[in-house]
Parts: sequence; C-alpha cells; structure tokens
Amino acid sequence: MESKRELILAFESSCDETSVAVIEDGTKILSNIIATQINSHKRFGGVVPEVASRHHVEYVTRCTEDAMKAANVTYDDLTAVAVTYGPGLVGSLLIGVTAAKTIAYAHHLPLIPVNHMAGHIYAARYVKPLEYPLLALLVSGGHTELVYMKAAGEFEIIGDTRDDAAGEAYDKIGRVLGIPYPAGKEVDRLAHLGHDTFNFPRAMIHEDNDDFSFSGLKSAFINTVHHADQIGEKLSREDLAASFQAAVIDVLVTKTIRVAKRLGIKQLVVAGGVAANQGLRERLAQVVKDEHLDLDVVFPPLRLCGDNGAMVGAAAHIELQKKHFAGLDLNADPSLEFAYAATYQP
Amino acid sequence: MNILAMDTSNRALSVAVLSDDRILAEKTTDVNKNHSTTLLPAIDQILKDSHLTSDQIDRFVVAQGPGSYTGLRIGVTTAKTFAFTLHKELVGVSSLASLAGNIRHTNALLVPLFDARRDNVFTGVYQRDDHGQLTNVVSDKHVPVAALIAQLKMLNEDIIFIGTDVAHFAERFRAAFGQQAHFADDEANLPHASELGLLGAQKEAVKDIHAFIPHYLRRTQAENDWLKTHSDKGHQPYVEEV
Repeated sequence: MESKRELILAFESSCDETSVAVIEDGTKILSNIIATQINSHKRFGGVVPEVASRHHVEYVTRCTEDAMKAANVTYDDLTAVAVTYGPGLVGSLLIGVTAAKTIAYAHHLPLIPVNHMAGHIYAARYVKPLEYPLLALLVSGGHTELVYMKAAGEFEIIGDTRDDAAGEAYDKIGRVLGIPYPAGKEVDRLAHLGHDTFNFPRAMIHEDNDDFSFSGLKSAFINTVHHADQIGEKLSREDLAASFQAAVIDVLVTKTIRVAKRLGIKQLVVAGGVAANQGLRERLAQVVKDEHLDLDVVFPPLRLCGDNGAMVGAAAHIELQKKHFAGLDLNADPSLEFAYAATYQP
Repeated sequence: MNILAMDTSNRALSVAVLSDDRILAEKTTDVNKNHSTTLLPAIDQILKDSHLTSDQIDRFVVAQGPGSYTGLRIGVTTAKTFAFTLHKELVGVSSLASLAGNIRHTNALLVPLFDARRDNVFTGVYQRDDHGQLTNVVSDKHVPVAALIAQLKMLNEDIIFIGTDVAHFAERFRAAFGQQAHFADDEANLPHASELGLLGAQKEAVKDIHAFIPHYLRRTQAENDWLKTHSDKGHQPYVEEV
C-alpha cells in the first residue's frame, strides 16, 4: 500500500500578513496564500496593531479556503495543523492561533505550535536540505540575531542586537528620506545607485562579541540629514542610502562570517524580511568567493523571506517528528524567544 | 437543529449547546482569564456533556459585539472558522441583546451596557413586546453616559439596567431616574449563551461567512486621525492576496 503523504495546513498571522499554506513532507509547497495589509498600514507609516488584528479576522477563513483549494486537498487528507504562536503582535497572533485550533479540533487533527523565527529559518528548506551544525543570521523588522543550530529544531541565540533591529533601522531612516513604509526595498534600490560617501559608524564591528547595534547608525544618519537641512545643503539620497546600507551590511557580514569561521560552520542560512535585501545577498556571496570559504550560504526565495505560511509548515514538519503538540488551551506568546546559548554574555 | 452558542465579548465567558429550543448544556464563568486559553476547552466540555461532536452542530451562534475588541475577535474567529470548515450555519447576535434577553416578564425598557471608558458606554435600548418578544428600541452604539441619560429621559418609562459594569454608573442613574431606575440581579448581569442561542435560533444565517466580522461600533484611533485629513474613497484594496 502506498504510504500516506504528510500534509500540514500551516497558519501565519504574527504581524500584517494573513497567510495559510499546505505543505507536503516539509519540502513541497502545495499552496501558500499570502494576504498582505501593506496598503492599509501605509496610511499610518507603520503597522497599527488594532487595525492589523481587524484585517486578520476578515481574511483568515478566506485564505484557508484558497489554500485548501489551490492545494487540491480535503481535511481528511491532512496530517496536522500548524500555527505561529509567537513572537509578534498579540492581537494578530491570536487570530491565526484561534483559527488553527478550531480547525484542528473540528477535524480531530494534532496541533503544532511554531516559533515564527524558526519558520523564517526553515524557509531555506525549500532551497535545499539543511545541514547541521548550521548558523542562521535572522534579520527582520523585529530581530537581528545569530542563531546556532546543533541539530534540526534546536535553536540557540549566540548574537543579538543591543537596541534596534536592522529592519527597524531601515524603516526609520526610510521615513527621513520620505519613503513610505516598509522602506527596505526602496532603500536597497537607491543604495545601488549611489556610493558610500558619508562613512557612517560601524558599531561594534571590532568588539570581541557577536552582538549588533544599529541605533547609533540611525542617529548618525538622521543628524547628517538634519544638519544639511539646517544649512540648506542638498544631499544625494542615493549616496545617503548607499552609505547607510554599506554600514549595515559591513557589520552584519563581518560579524556573521567571523562566527561561522570560529564555529567551523559549513552552512549559513540568512532569513527574515531583510534577507530579501540585494546588497546583503551580493556582499555575502562576494566575501565567500574572495576568501575561498567552505561555506554554503542559503537565502530563501524572495517570496518566502517575508512572513508566510509555507515557512511555518516547513518548521512544523520538524516539530511533528519530535511530536511537539499543543492542546486546545494554546495561547499566543508575543515575546516568545529562542533560548540564549549557555556561553552567551550580553 | 443543534446549536452551539458562545459569548466572549467581555470578562465573562459563556458557552451553551441547544437542541431546538431545549438547552442541553451551558457553562458560564466570570473570572479574569484569557478567552484564548479557555474558549475551546469549554466548548469541548459542553459538547462532551451533550454527547455531541462539533460536526453534529447545525448552527454556530456568536455574540458579535459590542465588547472588548480582543474578546470579540476570539469568539467571532472561533465561530466563523467552525461554520466555514464544517460547512454549517453561522449567526451573529448583539452582545447587548443577549444581556437584555436575560430579563423576562416585563415591559420596562431594558438597557444593557458595557463600560467603554472615559465616561462612555456601549449600549442599546430593548423592550419586550406584547408577545414577550425582545425588540430593539434604540440600536447599539458607543455614547457618552450623559447622552444615554438624556435619551432615556425623553422615553420616560421604567428602566432596567443590565450588566456587571452598571455598578460604575448606578448612582448617576438613580439620581437621574429616581423610582424609574431598576437594576438587574447578579444572575441577569452575566451573559448566558443559552439566551444567545435562543435569539440566534430565530435569525437568518449569515450569507458570506468570510466577510463576517465583529461589530466593534468604533473605528480605531489611528483610522479616525487619518480620516481627519484623508478620504477613504477610491483607495487600493487595504488587504490583497499577493
């Protein structure tokens, strides 16, 4: 008899995307419906949590229906239901958690709780199998972390930002340049048209730890622009963007490569919204080539760098093997974090 | 027809199972707990007590608002997901109507209310007609307490105030209405999903389950501020599948 396919229905609603996916064996995306609220939050210059929660209620069953139809599966075919339960905005998380629990209960399916950040890392599984020990650079609007994975489904933070996340810094300097939220893509585009002429600070780049800091860079950027405004000088937006991006990438790449070498890592996964940044992708590839490093750098496909259900399904595949299930009392955990490594010293 | 009714619109949680007009099971709690952790376990328990499974429910009834935004979303998302995934009927009932329904055998004005902070309330005015049917006299809305008092003065009838939040305003109601002001007892101040289910049994089922959302009765602060300087017309869809 043919063995049954493992099919996971996966929910993601931690911020401003409602997404539902159907994933086969943790490696094959049968459907990955993503409803984005960007046009709504653009009005306010950033995500408004109450507005985000309201949109999720409008879209969660619609996305589920579309995901099931696109995958051409029935509830009887499913193996499990998975959902992001943190970190994120609590009101947003609750919609995915509530819908996922209800579907799991109604169809007598096991429920798999997934850490959103694990999802971002496992988005790379759609490129190739992951090899452990593995290092992940997680860069998004809320996180900038170096995560060490000894084995599948095991995560330890070995480096973290002391203040702003890298993606947050992009949004804040984007606002100064008059770029609508979210600013990352446009700053990246402008950076490719300019040159690093402002020499912004590379915070902590030579310090003997694996942490990051971006608030000093953000302040230096804002001060430079304000000072020019006051004396009536017009600065090149392209050069400003290029200088900012060069500073961010210098720090991210230098520290990440240093850790990879020290730990003898063979595979580096770059994940999270900022993993879509072309400048970061190009620089990492260049460094690996120039230094002849035996390091396989894996970036998830662009569509899977932002929040999506497919990444949740890939992470859930590992949790399913470990039989990590949740009960009907599963709650959202907005401040869920990986544990810090025993050796980590802030 | 088997009905599962749920109300998570405020601090209290109430769930009930009905078979036609017969109440099979009801569970109501009024402890400060997260409805996210308690709703489905409570539903599971009363379904088991009723010897039913969720796919034997024909109609899901939910308190649609007003109330706590997060609470409403948990109830509405649970009910609409059940109805959608099991291909069953969905009905929304006013959380205020459900409270008003707790009071029977009177033709006084029934005024359920929830404290909406800053001296505002979510409220509506209800009354039983000659056949005992609950009717809506003033539709549910978000109003300053003073405006509610002014409106009720014009109606000039006996009033029964209902809800656990009424205590915050009881002195003002007594001062304004004297002998005409009456107050529901503790039992009637709590929502009862059995009453919600009975009201929901009489309504037509929702046509578009996907579009079913809570009746918040208030726009968000961010949207109100934005609308002062912008138009809501002719925009790109706020949410779109990509």
